[in-house]
Amino acid sequence: MSVRYLSCGDTAFTVEFGNEISPEINGRVMALHAAIGLAREAGEISGVIETVPTMRSLMVTYDPLSTSRADLQPKVDALIARGLPADAGSRQVTLPCCYDDPEFAPDLTEVAERTKKTPEEVIAAHLASPFKVYVLGFMPGLAYVAGLDQALFLPRRSQPRVRVPRSSVAIAMDMTTIYPFESPGGWHLIGRTPLWMFDKRREQPVFLSPGDSLSFERIDRRSFDRIAGEVEAGTFDWSSLVKSK
Amino acid sequence: MTAALKVIRAGLFDTLQDLGRTGFMALGMPTAGAMDRIGLSLANALVGNPASTAGLEIGVMGPDLLVEADSVRIALVGPLSPALIEGPDAAPKPLDSDRSHLLKRGQILRVGMIEGASTAYLALAGGFDLPLFMGSLSTYSRAGIGGFDGRKLAAGDLLPLAKTSVPAGNERRLGQPFDYGSGPLRVTWGPQEDYFSEEGRRTFVEAEYLVSKEADRMGIRFEGPTIAHAKSVDEGGADIISDGIAPGAIQVPGAGLPIVLMADRQTVGGYPKIATVASVDLPRLGRLLPGQAVRFTAITVAEAEALRRDQEARLQRAIAGFVVARPPGGIDLVRLYEENLIDGVVFDSPWNVTSKPSSAEGGTK
Repeated sequence: MSVRYLSCGDTAFTVEFGNEISPEINGRVMALHAAIGLAREAGEISGVIETVPTMRSLMVTYDPLSTSRADLQPKVDALIARGLPADAGSRQVTLPCCYDDPEFAPDLTEVAERTKKTPEEVIAAHLASPFKVYVLGFMPGLAYVAGLDQALFLPRRSQPRVRVPRSSVAIAMDMTTIYPFESPGGWHLIGRTPLWMFDKRREQPVFLSPGDSLSFERIDRRSFDRIAGEVEAGTFDWSSLVKSK
Repeated sequence: MTAALKVIRAGLFDTLQDLGRTGFMALGMPTAGAMDRIGLSLANALVGNPASTAGLEIGVMGPDLLVEADSVRIALVGPLSPALIEGPDAAPKPLDSDRSHLLKRGQILRVGMIEGASTAYLALAGGFDLPLFMGSLSTYSRAGIGGFDGRKLAAGDLLPLAKTSVPAGNERRLGQPFDYGSGPLRVTWGPQEDYFSEEGRRTFVEAEYLVSKEADRMGIRFEGPTIAHAKSVDEGGADIISDGIAPGAIQVPGAGLPIVLMADRQTVGGYPKIATVASVDLPRLGRLLPGQAVRFTAITVAEAEALRRDQEARLQRAIAGFVVARPPGGIDLVRLYEENLIDGVVFDSPWNVTSKPSSAEGGTK
C-alpha cells in the first residue's frame, strides 16, 4: 500500500495513508507515529519536532534549521518499508459514565426516538460499542472516538448548543466524544463522566491518547458524585482506568 | 522582597509567549508561541536571555507596568510610538525601542501604541518566575493555560521576575532595523492544492488580499477574490478528512476566502489547505494589521528551507552586531569612540563586551 507525501510548508509534511476512515488505515498511522518516536529515541532520525496522527494521515513537523524535507522523507519511507507493527502499544481504557440523570443526558430520549429504540437500548448499545480513539484535536484533549454501534448513527444536531457542560458524553455520526471543556457543541448528549479529559493540574493534563481502545462503564448518580469529588480534589486514581493490552 | 512588574493598566492583548509548546499536538494541544519569533528573539538577546525565554507579546496597544524590583533590564522590540518611562520623581520621557534599558524600583513603563504593525515584544533579563505548563510559558488563552494564569494581562496582575536586581552595565541596541522582507508572501503549494481548480490556484497567486478585522493569534482571515474549489461545496469540495495543521497553513472553506492559521491554530482541521506560508515569512505575517494588503507567490519547499536558514543567519548576525547604546540623556564615551575614532566596532556576541575590529556585517551605523 503506497503513501502520499503532502507538503505543509518548510516545517512539516503529511504522510497520507488513504482517503477513507478505517481501522486498518488508522492502525498504519499509529504505527508510523510510534515508529518515528522509536527512531528518534534511537538517534536514527533527528530534526523531527513532533508527529500528529489523525484518522488517515500523520503530520511530521521538523526544524528546517537542522534537517530538510529531502533528508527526512527517505528516512520515513525506510521506516514504512521496514514494516509497521500493528496496534503498537495501545491501552484499554474504561471511563465511568452516568446516563441516568436527565441533566446529564438531555438528548437521550430524542436519540432513542430517532433510532427507534428505548433509552435503555441506546445506553446498552453505547456500552457495548468497541470504541477506539482516532484523533485528538480542535481543543486540547477532545478525542474523536470511532466504533459507535451502527444503530446509533445520527447526524449532528441541526441547532448546536451554545453551552455544553464539561465532561458531557456525546454521540454524532459514527463517533462518541467527551467534552474536555464547557464549550459550544452540536453532538447529542447522552451521559456525563465525572472525569475531566483535560486537567491542567495533572502532570499529563490530557488523559486519552490516540490509539486507546475505549469502553464505558455505567455508574449511578451517587458513584458519579463520589468520583467527581475525588477528581475535583485531585485524589482520583486515574491508573485504575487503564489496562495495557 | 520579591521582584515583580505590576500591571497598573492593561493593554489590549498582552500575553506571555515563548517559542511555543511543542510535543503535544498529538493530544490536541496547540503550540501557541510568539507570532513574531524574530521580534521575541531580538528582545531576549538585547537583555542577554536565551532565545527560549518567554517575553511579553504586545498586541496593538501595550500595558503600563510599575517596576517593583530593585532593578530590571528590559528591551522593547517593535515600532512603538514611542514607549514612555516616568517616575517616581521624574516626568515621562520617551524610551527607545530596539535597545535595552535599566529600570529602577518605582519607575513606570508606559508601552503605549504600536505604529504600523500589530505586534511588539517586551523582554526582561532573567525572564519571569512562573511555572512552565507542558514545557512552555506560552499562553493559550482558549484553554486558560500557560503564561500568567492562562490569560492576557489585566490591571492589578503582579508578574513575578526571576531576578530581584540586575547589575549595571552597558546597554545594547540593535545596529539597524531587522529586515523582515517585502514583496509577496512566499508559500509552498499544498497539502491540498488538488482540491482547487486551476483557476482557483491562479486567483490565489495573482490577486491582492487584504487582512480583515478577523485577525488574531489563531488565524488571519483575508478579504479579496474568492478561490474556486475543484468540486462544489455540495459535492464535498471544501471538506477533507481532518488532518494536521502546520504553522502558516492557508485553509479555504466553502466561501472561498483564505485564512492563514497562526500560533494558536487548532492541531487538526477539515478544510482543504491550498498552500502554506514559508516559515521565513511567518514573522512578517504575524505583524500585519487589518487593512494591509498582501500577495502570495509560490516557491518550492527546498527554496523555503534555504530562505529560512538564510534568515536565521541574518538574525544571528544582527545579534552579534549589537552595539553599546547611549545612556539616556548622557554622553556615551564608548559609542563616541566607536563611531568617531574606530568606526565599526562590534561585539561578537551580546554576552561578550570585548570589542573587536569591524567585521563584514558592520553594525554600528
